[in-house]
Amino acid sequence: MNEGLSTIEQTVLSDYKYGFVTHIEADEAPKGLSEDIVRFISAKKNEPQWMLEWRLKAYRYWLTLKEPNWANVKYPAINYQDIIYYSAPKQKVKLNSMDEVDPELRRTFEKLGISLDEQKRLSGVAVDAVIDSVSIATTFKEQLAEQGIIFCSMSEAVQDHPELVKKYIGSVVPMTDNYFAALNSAVFSDGSFCYIPKGVRCPMELSTYFRINAENTGQFERTLIVAEEGSYVSYLEGCTAPMRDENQLHAAVVELIAMDKAEIKYSTVQNWYPGDKEGNGGIYNFVTKRGICQGVGSKISWTQVETGSAITWKYPSVILKGDNSVGEFYSVAVTNNHQQADTGTKMQHIGKNTRSRIVSKGISAGFSNNSYRGLVHMGKKATNARNFSQCDSLLLGDKCGAHTFPYIEVKNSTSVAEHEATTSKIGEDQIFYCNQRGIDTETAVALIINGFAKEVMNQLPMEFAVEAQKLLAISLEGSVG
Amino acid sequence: MTIELFKEYFEQLQQADHKSSLGTVRQNAFNAFSKMGIPGLKHEEWKYTRISGVFNKEFKVPFVADVSITKAEVDAVRLPGHEEANELVFVNGIFSFELSKIFSKDLTVLPLEEAAANEYKEIVSTHLGHSARYQKDGINALNTAFVHGGVFIHVSKGKIVEHPVYIYNITDARFAPILSQPRSLIYVGVNAQMKLVETFSTMGEQESFTNQVLEMVVEKDAHAEYYKIQNDAGHSQVSTTHIRQIGKSYTHTVTISLDGSIVRNNLNVILDADHCESHLYGLYLMKGDTHVDNHTVVDNVQPNCFSNELYKGIMDGNATGVFNGKIFVEPDAQKTNAYQSNKNILLSDSASINAKPQLEIFADDVKCSHGCTVGSLDEEAMFYLRSRGISEKTARSLMLHAFADNVLEHINLPVIRDYVDELISERLGYEMV
Repeated sequence: MNEGLSTIEQTVLSDYKYGFVTHIEADEAPKGLSEDIVRFISAKKNEPQWMLEWRLKAYRYWLTLKEPNWANVKYPAINYQDIIYYSAPKQKVKLNSMDEVDPELRRTFEKLGISLDEQKRLSGVAVDAVIDSVSIATTFKEQLAEQGIIFCSMSEAVQDHPELVKKYIGSVVPMTDNYFAALNSAVFSDGSFCYIPKGVRCPMELSTYFRINAENTGQFERTLIVAEEGSYVSYLEGCTAPMRDENQLHAAVVELIAMDKAEIKYSTVQNWYPGDKEGNGGIYNFVTKRGICQGVGSKISWTQVETGSAITWKYPSVILKGDNSVGEFYSVAVTNNHQQADTGTKMQHIGKNTRSRIVSKGISAGFSNNSYRGLVHMGKKATNARNFSQCDSLLLGDKCGAHTFPYIEVKNSTSVAEHEATTSKIGEDQIFYCNQRGIDTETAVALIINGFAKEVMNQLPMEFAVEAQKLLAISLEGSVG
Repeated sequence: MTIELFKEYFEQLQQADHKSSLGTVRQNAFNAFSKMGIPGLKHEEWKYTRISGVFNKEFKVPFVADVSITKAEVDAVRLPGHEEANELVFVNGIFSFELSKIFSKDLTVLPLEEAAANEYKEIVSTHLGHSARYQKDGINALNTAFVHGGVFIHVSKGKIVEHPVYIYNITDARFAPILSQPRSLIYVGVNAQMKLVETFSTMGEQESFTNQVLEMVVEKDAHAEYYKIQNDAGHSQVSTTHIRQIGKSYTHTVTISLDGSIVRNNLNVILDADHCESHLYGLYLMKGDTHVDNHTVVDNVQPNCFSNELYKGIMDGNATGVFNGKIFVEPDAQKTNAYQSNKNILLSDSASINAKPQLEIFADDVKCSHGCTVGSLDEEAMFYLRSRGISEKTARSLMLHAFADNVLEHINLPVIRDYVDELISERLGYEMV
């Protein structure tokens, strides 16, 4: 398919469109990691003693660990002493309205087409924008507060709701969970905290735009969402980052807790800088995301569209502890050039009659490698558990790779697990069919890719679906429109 | 078994057999084994199979055929249809000419050492130990470190071996716990054909562990079929079957695991030529405290190959099952067609299954898919049978038998198929009408 080859070359030539740097003075910690840095971060954020102790405990544990190497990704060794662990945009006064936000910052958002005030006005989305680790603007907060919903940055939550933070932080992803979770627990700079009280249906989609900004800054976000009995929340997370030459490390932790009959829907669109066409630079995205369906009949649903990052290493998981609980995972992962993605999910069935559904779509182009790695575990007590998994891969070009590593562990006789996976390329007959009807190859490929990913895209909230489709198109521009 | 003890046995073997053409091969493998040791659960390929426990015991590692097994004793393990079959007998991992019977004139059977020293030198040096590239663990190295008394089977160009070859692996554990390590290298020449059936059995009350490696090379236009039947209650084994198709050829394997203690099968099919075709079937029907582990690899090295894999499992009692099926498609292997399917039924709440179907694909113009299911018997079908007056037990057996039949029907030797079918009927506890 000569046509295909040339279009892939075109893709390789297309640049990252969102690459620009905002010049804002940052309040930075010196490079490197030590107990002093952990203390510095904690002091900077004016944290109570217990939080500092928690961080130090995590740091000491982290020191005993070795960086894991089982994932199907390759990267040069990370020098953890060469990273700045804290960088806050200089902002002395707390802001009440958008007008007080640094105009430079606002322009950055506008360039991305996600201008805060516009979103605020038009789409009714409360935006907690995180630039370099500290939340700078939280909108719609008052409106949410009326219903008793707490939606604020992690640092504020530590100050204002210490009892909730203390109770839930680390309860789903303990600091001892893995290397990057321990690191995050020690140095997390900020993140979002969300608490939905009993019986409340959150009236709007909550969302955070993450941006990594200052040079050499690792970003260590920590998100915690607690949905009390019978509540519902839909949380949106989206990312774009400016062009960088050096690799940046991102090791976030996201914890979700759903009580009886509560539902949490967590959607991500990730478009961090994937590195240039030679594979230089780009973001390392090592994220630990996990939710627990604590209560009876609860539901957690992860949807993700992953197009960015040089390396993506994340497995949004669900622990189905409550009886009749439901876990879902929908993912589209696109890799191009020298990107590497090792992503998937874990569904731990513990309660009775628990159900899970996994739909993963991987698209590889250029020299990239895309892996699905998933686990479905049905314990002895998880009677009548049900799982359906589907992971499809699409290969564009003959220099890329697609891998599937599903683990299925069933320990009782009443559960049913189904897994299916396919790998293929875009059929020449499909292209021909479109060509014949006057659709050029480029558009045809875009059409087919969109159809391929439709099942997942459908799961995204309206606000995101449009952006996600644009991202899909941009990241495969040239080869797939 | 400590490494020191293995070393002792190894040095005894090297001394006793110092003139062997395979001395260096053994030495290299032993060095590799000392480095790797017995794989533990941290080894990704052994994540679900704890083999190290087996080696807590001290085994005797025999390398001289000093046991006296009589023909009558072999009779006890003969497979149906043996009257018209070539029979090769291994006792404690050492090939025994006296007990074997070569029926077909087109079949050349030689001690491995002799083949390595003489006219088949080149074949042996090229192909012996190729499996180590895929089995990167101490278990495979251990077999090679003790390669002695193995067999070389050669089918010349254009020859069709009409009568099947039965291989009996007998371990005589009447006097001591035995570690037997049979080794064979099979060469199926251009346009040749052969069928192989292999079984394992242990005599005596002591424990036995069989660590077997069989490597098969299949030439252009050749056709090879391989059937493995494992029904050795209470005894553990690791059985590696490594098939390399170096010309456009056809292979067909069926692995039946019915009993044992820890049973691990490694089946590698390397499609190393254009337009190769391979079918892999497996059935594991386990109960009690048994453990069965099937690891398969289909490596598509060259383009235009086709492979089809179907493994089915029925787990009862406290049995644990593992299935790991890998399909590799190398960058040059365009137009690959590879299918894989794994279906499991759990009959008891204390039985479990761990499945890992795995695809690794580096070429774009391919069609690859895998499917994997774990479940129990269909309630509607059960109701259908029950409402027609069939007892629950019979209904269950009928359904399980039908489930197993998808695999059994691929045994192309009628006597063997009937034999296995009978074993399964017996297991399921009803008589076929």
